[in-house]
Amino acid sequence: MDVTNSDNILEQVTTSEYKYGFYTDIENDMAPVGLNESTVRLISAKKLEPEWMLEFRLKAFRHWQSLQEPEWAHIHYPKINYQDIIYYAAPKKKKELASLDEVDPELLETFNKLGISLDEQKMLSGVAVDAVIDSVSVKTTFQDTLARHGIIFCSFSEAVREHPELIKKFMGSVVPYTDNYFAALNSAVFSDGSFCYIPEGVRCPLELSTYFRINAANTGQFERTLIVAEKGSYVSYMEGCTAPQRDENQLHAAIVEIIAMDDAEVKYSTVQNWYPGDKEGKGGVYNFVTKRGLCKGKRSKIAWTQVETGSAITWKYPSCVLMGDNSIGEFYSVAVTNNYQQADTGTKMIHIGKNTRSTIISKGISAGKSNNSYRGLVKILSGATNSRNFSQCDSLLLGDKCGAHTFPYIEAKNESSIIEHEATTSKISEDQLFYCNQRGIDTEKAIGLIVNGYAKEVLNKLPMEFAVEAQKLLAITLEGSVG
Amino acid sequence: MKTQETDQFIGLEELLIHQFETHSELLTANDTPKVKALRLKHFDAFRTKGFPDSSQEKWRFTEIETALDQEFKHVIKEVKTDRNIEELFRCEVHNFKSEIISVLNGWYHSEKGDLFTNDEGVIYGSLKAAKLAYPGLFDTYFGEIAHSENNSFVDLNTAMAQDGVFIYVPAGIEASKTLQIIKMIDLNENIFVQNRQLIILEANSKLSLMHCDDSINHHSSLVNTVTEVFVGENAHFELYKLQNLNDASGLINSTFVRQAAGSTIKTNTLTFNCGLIRNNIEVSLNGKGAHADVLGLYLMDKQQHVDNQIRILHNEPNCTSNELFKGILDDEASAVFNGYIYVKKDAQKTNAYQNNKNILLKPTATINTMPFLEIYADDVKCSHGATIGQLDQEAMFYLRSRGISQSNARLLLMYAFAADVINSISIEGLKTRIDDMVKKRLRGELSVCEKCVLHCGSPEKEYHFDIDLSKL
Repeated sequence: MDVTNSDNILEQVTTSEYKYGFYTDIENDMAPVGLNESTVRLISAKKLEPEWMLEFRLKAFRHWQSLQEPEWAHIHYPKINYQDIIYYAAPKKKKELASLDEVDPELLETFNKLGISLDEQKMLSGVAVDAVIDSVSVKTTFQDTLARHGIIFCSFSEAVREHPELIKKFMGSVVPYTDNYFAALNSAVFSDGSFCYIPEGVRCPLELSTYFRINAANTGQFERTLIVAEKGSYVSYMEGCTAPQRDENQLHAAIVEIIAMDDAEVKYSTVQNWYPGDKEGKGGVYNFVTKRGLCKGKRSKIAWTQVETGSAITWKYPSCVLMGDNSIGEFYSVAVTNNYQQADTGTKMIHIGKNTRSTIISKGISAGKSNNSYRGLVKILSGATNSRNFSQCDSLLLGDKCGAHTFPYIEAKNESSIIEHEATTSKISEDQLFYCNQRGIDTEKAIGLIVNGYAKEVLNKLPMEFAVEAQKLLAITLEGSVG
Repeated sequence: MKTQETDQFIGLEELLIHQFETHSELLTANDTPKVKALRLKHFDAFRTKGFPDSSQEKWRFTEIETALDQEFKHVIKEVKTDRNIEELFRCEVHNFKSEIISVLNGWYHSEKGDLFTNDEGVIYGSLKAAKLAYPGLFDTYFGEIAHSENNSFVDLNTAMAQDGVFIYVPAGIEASKTLQIIKMIDLNENIFVQNRQLIILEANSKLSLMHCDDSINHHSSLVNTVTEVFVGENAHFELYKLQNLNDASGLINSTFVRQAAGSTIKTNTLTFNCGLIRNNIEVSLNGKGAHADVLGLYLMDKQQHVDNQIRILHNEPNCTSNELFKGILDDEASAVFNGYIYVKKDAQKTNAYQNNKNILLKPTATINTMPFLEIYADDVKCSHGATIGQLDQEAMFYLRSRGISQSNARLLLMYAFAADVINSISIEGLKTRIDDMVKKRLRGELSVCEKCVLHCGSPEKEYHFDIDLSKL
């Protein structure tokens, strides 16, 4: 292979620009800068929340004040000034919206640019979307269809109003506000999010989807997702994220909680494409997310699939607590970092019940001057007889200025369990490139082909709608060489 | 918040600090200004950091507090013994010749004198004596690579260690005889020992070394050993560590190796018995084309605990490393493995492999394994693997169907599991002996011996399984 040619391609990789960097000029209703008890009270009041919700927020806030920001992750960033962030920014509500026509045309334009429309076309693609823009759920489609099955899919604030008993029962049961620094912060100031409830025995006929987008400057986005799948139900849930291009760093600290009862199955897919910062590493989103699923019932299953291409910093460990006997946890991840991006991501599989099984497939791709770490925990408790784990974490390095790291933690307290972990780190081999070149495929396309093949195992796990988008995102992130 | 225990824990720390402050003249006697400054620096670091505790990331699975929470005697002056040194350290491994370097309670003892040059030209003896005889070497190498990041035991050792072993292999000398350091603790009270080793191999030299840690009585002891090894260009070094102490003992073993271009090393850490063992091994591949084999085997039972922290630093291009640690854990034993391969930026063409395999025999045994990779160069081949499991049920069934008893089949499978670490031992006589020891250990027949670890049983009789192989 021509070395300079490959260098050029890698150069081009670093010059690619963020395609979703547009800014929607919607009037924002913002909280004042800074965080104190009155901010928390203000958010709660703005959202007309009941007293118990405010209590929850305040407890979380007081706990957060007693915590230190964690430093163990393999990421470096200037200290975040939590008093310099706007914790609440809602698109200003002019009046109650009766139909789609009344939605701000600029907002609709934003969605159109993102490729998600709230109109009839969406019906054909069969996707129900709960769009969260700057933390407030704007419009939820397909509620009627879903309601016929008894499925509740609405914004978190609506759920607090309409289904307080469910929220009280499940909120914080998987990720308590005491869980970690960012979970406590989110619990105190979360603005909105999605709530999804699948009743017993129902197989959700649609792929549910939420689109997150940070719009206003200096705002943090703190959304919360709660999914409850009752006995024997099934749901596939998709989450996509984008943010406009800005010089400052924007903070995103979300919580996702999933509860699966007996025989229930939840598939949670994420395509994360927050603004990664420019090629000098300026700006970008700090993404600190706590995602955890609880396989509460017997034979329940939770599968996380994520494609992480964006964010300046990613700190994210979607986890499964395998409590029910015979429950299954899965984690499939592709994390791509370029320029000065830093990712410290992975999963935790905590085996509590008997005969529990977990699979971890993680593919890291580093380019430019980025650092990409896999950090995972597999923990087998003494009661988890005959449990099984298989982990594979591979890293691919494109260029000699990036880093790829693996930090697996494996803790076993049961003699009948079998745990296997393997990892490799390599670069695209010259043999593979040569083979492609020799078949008339130019180097640029060849790298694309190889990277896609490398990530295929994970991309295959994504729902159709996302698989296409994810492939495009991989291409955009490694622009110039990959297509 | 101070509990009863932590009060005591602080007690030992304070004792050591007090001892250093009151006897600093004695402790730094005969030191060159550079070494003296180094000791003071590490003492200050220890005073600031104190002992590590399980709230620290690198210590969180090892309850070092419990091991420290005892009344220890800490001697800074040599205690004379009336035991017969030659008799005490006699070693009769069949088919295996070695020159013995004896260390009793942390002090070098020999009737050959404090420093000795053997017929092959290898100089060895007391570290205390070497400090006076070779001030230049001492000044250059002492404390050069023994850093104390995440391990304040190294601070303590560098500040306070008075004696230990010094080995110097001049350029071009290829020693054929194995040197054997035998360390024993023999005191009728609990003792905390600081041990120090300085091993220098000049270019194109060769040395094999055995390092045996034993205890004679059943008193509790805590041994803090720091070993620095400098391997010159194209030199070859082999280190076999045998650890067989009583269940009341604690051993903190920190080994630092720096390799120059073209050098090769092999270390093999064989842990048979000890209450608590912490092995820190750090190999810096600082020259092109250097190679390191780092192997280990741990067979633990009762409430024993072993913690292996292995760091391989690929600082230069074209280096290779191979790491394999295997363990069998019975009863309530627990083990920690934390491997760490670091590939520096531009250390291209690195080839590094890391593997940790474990078998748990009882539901009460615990293993925590953390095979880490940190890589900053792209043209590398790095892989790691970790497995935790039990004996293969199908293999067991096969053996049982051939009429082999449950217990024998189990032994055979465990032995087979351990075999690839044992087979890597390149000294034939030693391999046979270790092989026997492993078999005995697996049968629970290996106890803490009254003498050296290799004395167990009759040295003439080889150990066999009670299996008719013709049936297989």
